[in-house]
Amino acid sequence: MKTSRSRRAARLVAAASVVALAATAFGQSNTADEIAKYRAALQDGNPAELWEARGEGMWKEPRGPAKVSLEKCDLGMGPGVVKGAYTQLPRYFADADRVMDLETRLVWCMVKIQGYTEADAKKNPFGAGNDRKADMEALVAYVTSESRGIKMNVPQSHPKEREAYALGEKMFFFRGGTHDFACSTCHGEDGKRIRLQDLPNLTTKAGAQKAYTTWPAYRVSQGELRSFQWRLNDCFRQQRFPELVFGSDASIDLTTFLAVNANGAAFDAPAIKR
Amino acid sequence: MNLQRRKALRTGGGMTLLTLVAAAGWLRAEDAQAAEWNKAAFETNSMDATMKALGGGTPAQSKDIAFFQTPDIAENGAVVPIGITSNIPKTESIAILVEKNPNMLAAVFDVPAGTDPSLSTRIKMGQSSNVYALVKADGKYFVASKEIKVTLGGCGG
Amino acid sequence: MPDPSRIRANVVGDSTEVKVLMNHEMETGQRKDAQGKVIPAWFIQDVTATWNGKTVLAAQWGPAVAKNPFLSFKFKGGAKGDKVVITWVDNRGEKRTDEATIA
Repeated sequence: MKTSRSRRAARLVAAASVVALAATAFGQSNTADEIAKYRAALQDGNPAELWEARGEGMWKEPRGPAKVSLEKCDLGMGPGVVKGAYTQLPRYFADADRVMDLETRLVWCMVKIQGYTEADAKKNPFGAGNDRKADMEALVAYVTSESRGIKMNVPQSHPKEREAYALGEKMFFFRGGTHDFACSTCHGEDGKRIRLQDLPNLTTKAGAQKAYTTWPAYRVSQGELRSFQWRLNDCFRQQRFPELVFGSDASIDLTTFLAVNANGAAFDAPAIKR
Repeated sequence: MNLQRRKALRTGGGMTLLTLVAAAGWLRAEDAQAAEWNKAAFETNSMDATMKALGGGTPAQSKDIAFFQTPDIAENGAVVPIGITSNIPKTESIAILVEKNPNMLAAVFDVPAGTDPSLSTRIKMGQSSNVYALVKADGKYFVASKEIKVTLGGCGG
Repeated sequence: MPDPSRIRANVVGDSTEVKVLMNHEMETGQRKDAQGKVIPAWFIQDVTATWNGKTVLAAQWGPAVAKNPFLSFKFKGGAKGDKVVITWVDNRGEKRTDEATIA
């Protein structure tokens, strides 16, 4: 942290921890090993598969006022092409004349093909328990699972795509809110950490690749499959920024910046994280 | 289930590990479908009494019970992977107890003949605690324990 | 009707390895909602696994089993094409049975 104000802010943010880890002679490296073991043990059996299954069913099921499935939805690679589609999002769509990420494109298809109102399609994007499941998160799980193993290849050929990247980059470094945070405050340098979490440096190729290709993820602490829209929304919350509205241009621009930076790496999600 | 067990179930609270174990209703595989969920066993919460009972010669510490794929530190207590292998011959059941949880007993697995006495699942831990692997083998009880630290990471999200 | 479990059953040597992911809230009954009211306990109590009708695992669970429970175990026997059936019953009396073919 550079300034004392952000140091104070970081301490405020790192609020009551459940248990303090006793400092040992081994210090951080031993803890880091154990955390790595925890993460490895989680890999065997990812509840995200439950969302993937539900999402696949939802994609194929006739739904909405028009009682049609999403199987003709064009995610950028042609109507109904799901395989690999996430690795090329966000991208410019001529029919909407704007850059869209996966969620905004799904909303578009739900409105245009299935007859939902935009408000209904955007309702409840983040689930809260089995009694309040989010359709959107299931659809995201399914669509992204069809990109697993495929290299990120987010386009920057259209001027609006390049504009989205430039705005996203500006947002990444923009300090604001009550704590004077920017994304870069936590994610702009090597070797940063909040409690036990090593923070990825998203300004490096490797850092951006590792971070972006592992979302969406089943977040153990949430008990939910969380999308990238959720990830950004929650970062804004933690920075004490105003709410990042679901599907907003701002969210798409920031996503574009981070996704393009991850180009070249194989997509490896839905993952499972703490 | 015999009358003694039924009585133990009805008396409820303040159970020692021995009575917990007896009341846990170790099922025979054939009984599995019909057996009632053992409410009392899942509502015990005193580990002091349990340790006293252990001292009194109930479950024997065993080096033949191993934890596998079980980390020392859980990044989040909501999901803690626990793998237990019993190398004790004639293992009938494996149970998982968490000392500092509101109720100690997390799960009981009946292992019929032909099934490996080795399984893994995930539990919730409210805080850092000892986790006990309690094995019933050939009518006798054995236990091994492991300390797992629970943390809350990141910005708490 | 509860959501389906995801079951994988694979031949490993002379045994079958089974991995299950169940869709369940596993609410402990310890949490409170925003209004301060206790969220009632809601969790799987009984799990049964059978192979060709023979019980290969039986379990009783409390709410301390993690949400969206994962279970992995192995039994001797089992051939490609055989069926493994997993049933769970929760404290609300809801039940879910799913079948998988050993691969």
